[in-house]
Amino acid sequence: MLELYGTSVSSRLLLGTARYPSPAILADAVRASKTDIVTVSLRRETAGSRTGGAFFELIRTLGVRVLPNTAGCHTVSEAVLTAKMAREVFATDWIKLEVIGNHDTLQPDVFALVEAARILSSEGFKVFPYTTDDLVVAERLLEAGCQVLMPWCAPIGSAMGPVNLPALRSMRASFPDVPLIVDAGIGRPSHAATVMELGFDAVLLNTAVAGAADPAAMAAAFTGAIEAGRTAFHAGMLEPRDMAAPSTPVIGKAVFS
Amino acid sequence: MKLTINGEDHQTDISDLSQLLTSLEYEGDWLATAVNGELVHREERPGFVLSDRDRVEILSPMQGG
Repeated sequence: MLELYGTSVSSRLLLGTARYPSPAILADAVRASKTDIVTVSLRRETAGSRTGGAFFELIRTLGVRVLPNTAGCHTVSEAVLTAKMAREVFATDWIKLEVIGNHDTLQPDVFALVEAARILSSEGFKVFPYTTDDLVVAERLLEAGCQVLMPWCAPIGSAMGPVNLPALRSMRASFPDVPLIVDAGIGRPSHAATVMELGFDAVLLNTAVAGAADPAAMAAAFTGAIEAGRTAFHAGMLEPRDMAAPSTPVIGKAVFS
Repeated sequence: MKLTINGEDHQTDISDLSQLLTSLEYEGDWLATAVNGELVHREERPGFVLSDRDRVEILSPMQGG
């Protein structure tokens, strides 16, 4: 079981709720993924529209825990206020903290991230910071009060998969006891399996599932890949070698000439 | 007085935040409000007095990644 801020969850897939073709397909994908946690957001409500309410009801019926995000925030004050408003609406002190620093790469502004994490942790939030694979930043986030880290493996929505495996490996090795969730950049199930084989604790996905031709089927595929990667990590994998090694024993081999 | 509500100018005589929401047909238990960059809790809205040129944000749940 994965433990996040004292809460045990059985699924190691966290699923985003954005960009699905319809609410019904979103619901199908959430069910197919068997996820325990979905990410949600906040936006300006249009007077009399009740659009937020319809989405809120849908999420309630799915019976999953919500992890609100601060997507779109570019400053500490924006992110802190959004987190407080999310706590009010969703009645949870969990927050996926995003403070974006670059419009093109959606790379987190790690300086503002650390500052916002410190403020929110001191106000009782359980912060899930969307960060890079930088070890020094990770250290600062832990000092700020974070008990979970969520490094990207490639830019949000890029579907590139892990572009810097050595960095992810060293992050895992540096923080063996911290839950590490790869957030952003995963494009296909093999990417998810790869980071799980490295020992990452979970994967947070959105576009790779929502943008698939069949989101529910893709959600199930990711769930299988994540479980396979986790099992393989525990099973102990072989290291690659340069030369062949015969799999069939050569002892007792007949000699015909 | 003049307010900015979700980024748009708005003229109103209603100074109570809770009554303002009702008059604009904002309803439901899924809204969060902030005035001038500070959260105003749900239970604080009745009796919260708005002033000219206040900036009001009214947010609700939406899909997110």
